[in-house]
Amino acid sequence: MTIKSLDAAELLSRNKFNIDEELAHIVLDKEKCSACKEKPCLFVCPAVLYRLDKNGEISFDYAGCLECGTCRVMCQNHGIKKWEYPRGTFGVSFRYG
Amino acid sequence: MGTEDRFDAIIVGAGPAGLACAYLLGQAGKSVLVIERGDAPGVKNVTGGRLYTYALNMLDDKLLEEAALERIVTHEQIMILNGDKSINIDYHDPAFNDGKTPPQAYTVLRAVFDQWLAEKAEEMGALVACGIRVDGLIEEDGRVIGVIAGEDEMFAEVVVAADGVNSLTAQKAGLIGDIPAHTVGVGVKEVIELPAEIIEERFNLKNDEGAARMILGCTEGIHGGGFLYTNKESISLGCVFMPSEIVEHGKQVHDIFQELKMHPAIYSLIRDGETVEYSAHLVSEAGYRGIPRKLFKEGLLLVGDSAGFVINTGYSIRGIDLALLSGIAAARAIIATGDARKVGAAYLAELEKTLLMPTMKMTDGYHDILSIPRIYSNYPQLAVGVMEKLFTVDGQTPTRIRKQIMTEIRVSGLTVWQLLKDGFKGVKSV
Repeated sequence: MTIKSLDAAELLSRNKFNIDEELAHIVLDKEKCSACKEKPCLFVCPAVLYRLDKNGEISFDYAGCLECGTCRVMCQNHGIKKWEYPRGTFGVSFRYG
Repeated sequence: MGTEDRFDAIIVGAGPAGLACAYLLGQAGKSVLVIERGDAPGVKNVTGGRLYTYALNMLDDKLLEEAALERIVTHEQIMILNGDKSINIDYHDPAFNDGKTPPQAYTVLRAVFDQWLAEKAEEMGALVACGIRVDGLIEEDGRVIGVIAGEDEMFAEVVVAADGVNSLTAQKAGLIGDIPAHTVGVGVKEVIELPAEIIEERFNLKNDEGAARMILGCTEGIHGGGFLYTNKESISLGCVFMPSEIVEHGKQVHDIFQELKMHPAIYSLIRDGETVEYSAHLVSEAGYRGIPRKLFKEGLLLVGDSAGFVINTGYSIRGIDLALLSGIAAARAIIATGDARKVGAAYLAELEKTLLMPTMKMTDGYHDILSIPRIYSNYPQLAVGVMEKLFTVDGQTPTRIRKQIMTEIRVSGLTVWQLLKDGFKGVKSV
């Protein structure tokens, strides 16, 4: 029990998730994302789920999504081709909120 | 389809707005269904946060004494950070907990509070169906008559969109468009567990009493600020940022927040605690001018965050109370008219009567103050710089304090003219 700076993965590990293995609730259009210069998703996602891989392509892991919707608001070049809330019961379940 | 298959109201979302509405409709004997996508009420919801009790009392004055709340706010604090230095202003008012009148505000955790309020709504006869995501609205001749969830269709005289700041329901109904990036903040929060007695000792609190703190100067100059609320056995520490400025700044939300957590003035308050949750949520930052132009269409009402009902004055943030008020207003309108065609106008009238709209109108100007970029960097630097000069004693002949302050204004990247202009704007705005 001590306070320290935690990376996003460590923080997410404190949460309760029920991951929808069958269906991603956010889907990217890789071509549009690679053409996007600003890539705001890399900075604004509180869970740091948008990452640049070695080839400079955006990858996104929907499993740790906190469902805040910031990426949806900030994605100006329509790289997010689908943004829905997870299906009923799936996704994060805050125990404190 | 016969009217017996149809609800008087279907409410999308089991937050305070939707549940307040369900509570009153149930109490009035109306058939009401609340549909919540989380597997329990509140599990998708996040607050800073605090609840101002007047709104819960307006819903039902018997609720407060059994409400699932954390601590009575008796310490209102404003903290200003610059570098590793800090100023903390602590306004302590025993009248906030005099034992005679209801306490003005409590700290609150939403997974706990919303679950409790849902139980109360159910006791009044509302149906609360969890684990179901509403996928769309059913419309007939431009009138909303029900909702679609997966394969199921459900019908009602009135549908209430209480699905929060990212209201997909309001968007699908065409009442709001895409959310403009500059009208919202992204908030992140850690809940840090600590024993009650340690919280009380560190914040100088009596049993059951708590502190609410706004933090300025912790966002690296980005439009935004931090917050800290003491719960019974945890501390809610968080930070809100304007997302468009985050991108320009080129640093992750998460990183700036972790630095706030490790700031010496914050760390000493949460030391030896354990982070038990990390959450994030959008919050409307536009105040009165962020309210959609149309808050209803035939058969549909917008309440709570879906309607942009949030007030940020910089020293206090209100959302849950306004959500409750709007839910109350919607229920009253539905009870009074029972008619999809008339309910919208009645709802607007009730929003005036509950004083929600007048309050939002009156606080509209705060948005202008909070839009001054200097508030997030230069002014915290100036405030801390002046304090540093006041409290430095080094045995040398001191310079006149007036002169030192002028130096600090310059060092902070400000001019006296700028100060006067911003001061004038501030006075004019409020």
